[in-house]
Amino acid sequence: MEKFEKLQGVAAPMPLVNIDTDMIIPKVHLKSIKRTGFGKNLFDEMRFNRDGTEIADFVLNKPQYRDADILVAGDNFGCGSSREHAPWAIADFGIKCVISTSFADIFFNNCFKNGILPIVLPQEQVDLLMADAEKGANARMTVDLVAQEITTSDGDVIKFDVDAFKKHCLLEGLDDIGLTMEKAASIDTFEEKAAQSRPWV
Amino acid sequence: MSPKTLYDKIWDAHVAHEAEDGTTLLYIDRHLVHEVTSAQAFEGLRMTGRTVRAPDKTIAVPDHNVPTTPDRVNGIENEEGRIQVAALDTNAKEFGIHYYPMNDIRQGIVHIVGPEQGWTLPGMTVVCGDSHTATHGAFGALAHGIGTSEVEHVLATQTLIQKKSKNMKVEITGKLQPGVTAKDITLAVIGETGTAGGTGYVIEYCGEAIRDLSMEGRMTVCNMAIEGGARAGLIAPDETTFKYVNGRAHAPKGAQWEAAMDWWKTLFTDEGAEFDLVVTLKGEDIQPVVTWGTSPEDVLPITAKVPFPEDFTGGKVDAVKRALDYMGLESGTNLTDIEIDTVFIGSCTNGRIEDLRAVADVVKGKKIKDGMRAMIVPGSGLVRAQAEEEGLGDIFVEAGFEWRLAGCSMCLAMNPDQLSEHERCASTSNRNFEGRQGYKGRTHLVSPAMAAAAALTGKLTDVRELV
Ligand code: SF4
Repeated sequence: MEKFEKLQGVAAPMPLVNIDTDMIIPKVHLKSIKRTGFGKNLFDEMRFNRDGTEIADFVLNKPQYRDADILVAGDNFGCGSSREHAPWAIADFGIKCVISTSFADIFFNNCFKNGILPIVLPQEQVDLLMADAEKGANARMTVDLVAQEITTSDGDVIKFDVDAFKKHCLLEGLDDIGLTMEKAASIDTFEEKAAQSRPWV
Repeated sequence: MSPKTLYDKIWDAHVAHEAEDGTTLLYIDRHLVHEVTSAQAFEGLRMTGRTVRAPDKTIAVPDHNVPTTPDRVNGIENEEGRIQVAALDTNAKEFGIHYYPMNDIRQGIVHIVGPEQGWTLPGMTVVCGDSHTATHGAFGALAHGIGTSEVEHVLATQTLIQKKSKNMKVEITGKLQPGVTAKDITLAVIGETGTAGGTGYVIEYCGEAIRDLSMEGRMTVCNMAIEGGARAGLIAPDETTFKYVNGRAHAPKGAQWEAAMDWWKTLFTDEGAEFDLVVTLKGEDIQPVVTWGTSPEDVLPITAKVPFPEDFTGGKVDAVKRALDYMGLESGTNLTDIEIDTVFIGSCTNGRIEDLRAVADVVKGKKIKDGMRAMIVPGSGLVRAQAEEEGLGDIFVEAGFEWRLAGCSMCLAMNPDQLSEHERCASTSNRNFEGRQGYKGRTHLVSPAMAAAAALTGKLTDVRELV
């Protein structure tokens, strides 16, 4: 996994609440057995007409946001299905950080496994960042994971929280499975005990 | 010892490793697998030279993509769908996991097959690369939906990296009124808490109205815990649970059954255990409900009217405007005046035998509205067989329904069963998101009885007026 340390880039505003995984990547695009190439279908039904032409007023089709690196979104982003295709599409499009007041649980976890940093902030701070994002491409935001700080284009600094373990994995680009494998002895011990106490499992 | 919740007890019984910051390796007893979210995980194992740690605890079945028409014995026409199912066939064989192929009578929606085959048992941890894994919580099992990276993690290590959630209690007191079902309970709860209300929590559903439900009904309630944002939903196991489990193919037998029962009977929330949040609804107050918008929280009693955006606050105002526009609805319209083109009965929410019986009760000896497209898709081959045996299949066909083979079908429309643009559907599934049942399709979530009523009248209908 790619490491995430510091990101400076354009933030796209998507104030809509409850943006669900069917919006992020409609199921017609879930039939691939690969992990890559979903970026072109990110927000497909909001971004394109049926004939494949772009819907001009969709935020990521506007010239200033076409190369957005950050998304500032409304409440409860990523609700719905467990499809990891949603963060795959976001990452493949080039977005590495999503900021909202809240995220759906599974989506939130899936982000970290794919080098995306989801940041939860209180409403006022999301409003401030949304306003900053609305300024367009010159308003570059900085997200510093090490310092746990976002700096707006005006130089305002906003602190954010992140789980220490997840931060460590993102910073180092670590593969969870490898880390867990290092604890194989604990799993072995657990299995032996469980075979005694719950043999029917 | 301090009193514990049901969630605390199951959690504590599955901690394989806990780091200082609370990051836990939770041991997984059952891993259910389907074709859409697993191919990349198996591929990951191959690329890293890893194997499936506990193939015996891993069960796979294709469901999302499979056609539900009888011609499926000849294979899947859609190429990408066919490749996905073929990949699951190969992966199941290569890694030696339990498998129910498409044309096995035991095939069906993964969340229906697990309980039906006795894979899902009280006190277990269950995961699946599918958000509706919450369904299995009906057995008092801690059941999480996970992403594909986590599927790979569980395949390789039989554990999941988790931090403990908070405890939430949802109590439904008293009795339900006639015509009100488990689906109405679960939608009413989401209407109350919102789709993000459960975020960060595991919900335990309790109260007399929950106790009175059959296992089928309890599965319907837990199924939609995820729509309320919760990580999982739970119901403490009781005699209803034990009776359902006993004798199933993979349930324990003999002395093992006795040993299991000894433990299962301890699986309840202790007197005095603390919940971080409590929501209480009176069973008597719950009405048959429908959704009018594009989020499961957009729910109202069938007797209500389509709301106005101004009835809401904050970001929801714009979301409601967008939803009404998408749904093609005018504020102030009676919900019962909304005309329906299509009825879909099925899914892991409402594709079990009891759901089909509820439909048969409403439509027996009647005909669906002329021109109505109405489809009944059983949750598994065995549910279909049982419905046939009880004569329900004939009732459906005589009433004018298409009586299909098992699969997810129009719940997410990955197979050919889809809505066309602006087609309006009364659906027993769980998501009314934009495009969920087909591009620009319009979904109203309802109970099976309410879907059956809509099929007869051609409109959203209060089933209490028909029976
Ligand atoms: S029936 Fe619907 S919700 Fe259930 S597993 Fe299938 S697609 Fe998912």
